[in-house]
Amino acid sequence: MKMIPVETTINGDQTEFLCNADESLLDVLRDRLGLTGAKEGCGTGDCGACSVMLNGRVVCSCLVLGVETQGAEVETIEGMADGETLHPLQRVFIEEAALQCGICTPGILIAAKSLLAKNPDPTDTEVRYWLAGNLCRCTGYDKIIKAVQKAAAEMRAA
Amino acid sequence: MALDDQAKRTFKVVGTRVGRPDGIDKVTGKAAYGADITAPGMLHGRILRSPHAHARIKSIDVSEAAKLAGVKAVVTGADLAIPDDEGFADIAINCLARDKVFYDGHAVAAVAATSKSIAKQAIRLIKVDYEILPHVTDVDAAMKPDAPAVQEGRALENVPAGMSQNVTTRCAFGHGDVDAGFAKADKIIERSFKTAATHQGYIEPQACLATLGSDGRGEVWCCTQGQYMVRANCAAVLGIEESQLRVISSEIGGGFGGKTSTFIEPVALALSRKSGKPVKMVMTRDEVLRATGPTISASMDIKIGMTNDGRITAARGELRYSGGAYPNETIEMGAQAAFAAYDLEAVETVGWNVMTNRPKEIPYRAPGAPTSIYAVESVVDELCQELGLDPLDVRLLNAARKGTLSAYGPTFNEIGLVATLEAAKAHPHYTAPLGPNQGRGLSCGFWFNFGGNTCVSLNINDDGTVGVVEGNPDIGGSRASISMMAAEELGVPYEKVRTVIADTSALGFNDITDGSRVTFAVGLATIEAARAAIREMCRRAAKIWGIDEDAVLWEDGAAVPAGPNAGTHPPMTLAEIAAVAGNTGGPIAGHHEVNADGAGVSFGVHLVDTEVDPETGATKILRYTVFQDAGKAVHPDYVEGQMQGGAVQGIGWALNEEYIYGEDGRLQNAGFLDYRIPVASDLPEIETVILEIPNPGHPYGVRGVGETPIVPPLAAISNAVSRAAGVRMCELPMSPPRLLKAMTG
Repeated sequence: MKMIPVETTINGDQTEFLCNADESLLDVLRDRLGLTGAKEGCGTGDCGACSVMLNGRVVCSCLVLGVETQGAEVETIEGMADGETLHPLQRVFIEEAALQCGICTPGILIAAKSLLAKNPDPTDTEVRYWLAGNLCRCTGYDKIIKAVQKAAAEMRAA
Repeated sequence: MALDDQAKRTFKVVGTRVGRPDGIDKVTGKAAYGADITAPGMLHGRILRSPHAHARIKSIDVSEAAKLAGVKAVVTGADLAIPDDEGFADIAINCLARDKVFYDGHAVAAVAATSKSIAKQAIRLIKVDYEILPHVTDVDAAMKPDAPAVQEGRALENVPAGMSQNVTTRCAFGHGDVDAGFAKADKIIERSFKTAATHQGYIEPQACLATLGSDGRGEVWCCTQGQYMVRANCAAVLGIEESQLRVISSEIGGGFGGKTSTFIEPVALALSRKSGKPVKMVMTRDEVLRATGPTISASMDIKIGMTNDGRITAARGELRYSGGAYPNETIEMGAQAAFAAYDLEAVETVGWNVMTNRPKEIPYRAPGAPTSIYAVESVVDELCQELGLDPLDVRLLNAARKGTLSAYGPTFNEIGLVATLEAAKAHPHYTAPLGPNQGRGLSCGFWFNFGGNTCVSLNINDDGTVGVVEGNPDIGGSRASISMMAAEELGVPYEKVRTVIADTSALGFNDITDGSRVTFAVGLATIEAARAAIREMCRRAAKIWGIDEDAVLWEDGAAVPAGPNAGTHPPMTLAEIAAVAGNTGGPIAGHHEVNADGAGVSFGVHLVDTEVDPETGATKILRYTVFQDAGKAVHPDYVEGQMQGGAVQGIGWALNEEYIYGEDGRLQNAGFLDYRIPVASDLPEIETVILEIPNPGHPYGVRGVGETPIVPPLAAISNAVSRAAGVRMCELPMSPPRLLKAMTG
């Protein structure tokens, strides 16, 4: 199969890659670019572990083709911290023990960040519905919701 | 052990909420899980699976697959050894079938190729000629004498003659004269229950990277709950020596018991041996659901007699569990746990394991206990309803306590059930008002907790820091908890300690991360290893001071003279002793090896309010509170996290999750869309109340906490729904169609 050249921007860096026409963005990120922060939990868009931002929207990268990112802006978990300074959501997730195994954490952080960009002061219910596409099997979501709210409050005060 | 000491002890580190050592890696995407590493020249493996529930394999033709460009190896069951040991042999034929396939999803052959897509293409070119055999997937149907035999000749001697060949074991527990007890009852209720098989539902599918040479030397990187278990299974299945196989456990993306066995590692090693290259294998979600361990499915009869004032006079249970297509011991834990919360004069529990054409059961959090306790707690609740008694008062009246002869044999030591029930009774949740279509339910829960084989090495570094090496994958924050206990014992700050998980070549054998054993047993071994290091540091100080080593004590992270007779030496801190260790006898370390017992059983009580929708049969969880005895909560955040996570898994089991098989014996919902685990919007806050009734078997009083919280939700929710709907529910999950049918007759 002939590979297709793609030019895109990932976490602010101009990136070029070759991929097959049927290759998912998730596979491109993980297998071709070494960005393994996005995880494959299902490959069918049901678990959200592979969530990334594509042109400002949260998507399941397992449901996007690599070739669709031509000219696009992609943000992954690897781009969330600013050097050694964690994003408030990342820091508060550690402080509030909002992760156990951590496999869903990158996807949840990506989704939570996009929520707070749109709605800096969500209700608990709004957080719960926004994150309903991100499965977590360890925490029961309780500490995740609290961490998002704590980070949101910090970000509003900043 | 030193319960007297621990009761007086004021903790400095234990009980605080420190940050986790793997936190930054996990929030930045750096943490390396099973599927996150690669090796130069590696191939991608993929498995062909049976589409049939039960079939004889007449032939497998791999020639077309092997010819496909990019395919470097093809293996079938013939490439694995069949070990003499029955348990290992079952693992071997479950990794790659031999003569027969036992369930939809059973692995039949595997390929390794230069790309994922070639591997996917190649397995489609493998031709398997199947002779389809009759199948059975329901536990009660499988128990009928004329049921299709899943396997033959697997019954243990304790199974009476004339039963279905699928019945592999019988177990029985109890004491007292049950018939006499029932004769004393004012009210007897007998009910039958069924529960569906559910899956652990870890978000990370099984994944590994394996390499094996023709000389029998190899390495495996994989997500597992036990690297030593993977080593033993792979060595047995491949006919190689354990010493030559190094297994490294990756970060693990959830397990809940589901990663206590091997499915792909032996296959990847066989492919690597054949191809001469490293082989990476990652399961799809479909494979995870069809071929890795769901829990048991169950059918149960429970009979309980009670006096008008709420005293249980006798209890009997008959449990039929199916652990899939192989013999299985989960029934024993289910039968032992069933009545553990009660102080009973007469009790009898009989359990049967029955084979069905389903995947091999793998433990799921408190294996066996949630279902049997669901059935028991449902009948207790119905008795309370019928007799007009308060369900918490009835539990308190009949609660097991210190000195109770448990229903499964042992006499209980210090246990926290009464304190936990009293905490529930005192909580405002218990008396909060309920609205229309709402109901409140509660249930007790129990888990044995394990100890087991454990090795820990603790190294005092020359800069005054401490390294702990342990051998149990960290599944819920245990590296933090272990570091905390080392810091506590040594008297150094938490930040000075780093705990790492050893590979199989770096530390002696450790049992798997299971049975809620790690914080208890690895913690105990860590404390003992720290004590050994302290003894050595006191010796070094004695040497420097020129006094007898018995005249040196360890206080607040430093050696001090024991009293005025020992002379007036200023304290020597751990860092000061470590800095000169080279001059006083060499590096300082402590280690401890133990088969730990004294784990200390754990009890919990869950309270839940539900609202049922009479038009749709849908259930909403309105309020949920978990009460649990943790012995000593080393890191309260992680204890709460276990309590919340277990409760939510139980909510899924009670309301939604089930393995659905069609008439053809195929799994119909092998994906997260149709196998629906709870999502954030399904749930309210999960409130937690930690009780601390110290476990006499641990230096700090620690009990395992991970498993108990999945036990009570099934009955607590069923009791709440039954009260809200006005109809007693006896089958799980209480999915909307099932509840609607029960409500509308």
